[in-house]
Amino acid sequence: MSNPTAPSTPSALKEWPLWEVFVRSKQGLEHKHCGSLHAADAQQALQMARDIYTRRQEGVSIWVLPSASITASAPDDKDAFFEPAADKIYRHPTFYQIPDEVGHM
Amino acid sequence: MAQQHTDYLLHLADNALILGQRTAEWCGHGPVLEEDLALANMSLDLIGQARLLYQHVAALRNDGSTEDSLAYFRDVPDFRNYTLLELPHSTALAPTAAGDRDYAATIARNFLYSALMVPLWHGLQASNDAQLAAIAAKSFKEASYHLRHSRDWLVRLGDGTDESHARMQQAIDHFVPYVQEFWAPSEMEAAAARDGVGVDVASLCEGFDAMVDDALTEATLKRPKAGGFVHTGKHGLHSEHLGFVLAEMQSLARAHPQGVW
Repeated sequence: MSNPTAPSTPSALKEWPLWEVFVRSKQGLEHKHCGSLHAADAQQALQMARDIYTRRQEGVSIWVLPSASITASAPDDKDAFFEPAADKIYRHPTFYQIPDEVGHM
Repeated sequence: MAQQHTDYLLHLADNALILGQRTAEWCGHGPVLEEDLALANMSLDLIGQARLLYQHVAALRNDGSTEDSLAYFRDVPDFRNYTLLELPHSTALAPTAAGDRDYAATIARNFLYSALMVPLWHGLQASNDAQLAAIAAKSFKEASYHLRHSRDWLVRLGDGTDESHARMQQAIDHFVPYVQEFWAPSEMEAAAARDGVGVDVASLCEGFDAMVDDALTEATLKRPKAGGFVHTGKHGLHSEHLGFVLAEMQSLARAHPQGVW
């Protein structure tokens, strides 16, 4: 774990980065975000995610990624980002009958 | 039912129960939240293995004993676990308080035990005791994870900071001599191997040594020379530590012997 380029201050050695955890359930088709955890690196994050988030048979596959790599929209941008979509009902394909054979969409 | 058969099952069960109880000491005291949960999971895996084995022994004996009577109402000389598994989480000669717990000690012991149990459970899947074979199939998967977890930490701490390296080396030096007990012959193990119930544990020694050497090399740690006293826990002759483990584990059940959840 010692890394010659890492700052050697005690706090830098003690604080592990944050990881976001995504788990795919048995029936689920996609990985869903289920929480976050602290770990020293990706392999350890995966192992810890197994212990924290799949104890009750929640999953069959896990992804972890560094929280720092997520770029999130700002709460202040809410109006500009999302408000304009509210009155455009024609964008919702709810007026079509979907044949049963199509299955999951 | 042959006594040696049930003694062998008790040996496997007591190993799991005593290490499970020791591991549970970290619950709420883990070095970080994530490890706290991981250790509690592993403790429950071990106690789960013990429960299945005790239930099997109780059924074979058919003398009114239960998983609870086997876990809570036997005394030190009746327990057949390896001495390694009853020792405190410490490398001090006389650890005095819970605060002496050292995570390096926990990791070193879990690594040595799971490095034995992965091939042992694997072999026991072919036992002619069908119930034991089924328990082994379940336990093999759990032990494989325990090995992965402890080996990972062994390498991280060994190949870590100067302090983590020194503490990991100290823990390895402290626990490796206890491993000799794994290979010391006992009547119950010999009988179990002869009858096709158990595995000839001595046949696992070479693979175990290779697994340990490989991990220690990766962790930049040195393997201490084996030698000295060979411990005798599996014969019922224990260190002074087991009595304290049992006192804590059994006191509630003994104070309320008819108690149920």
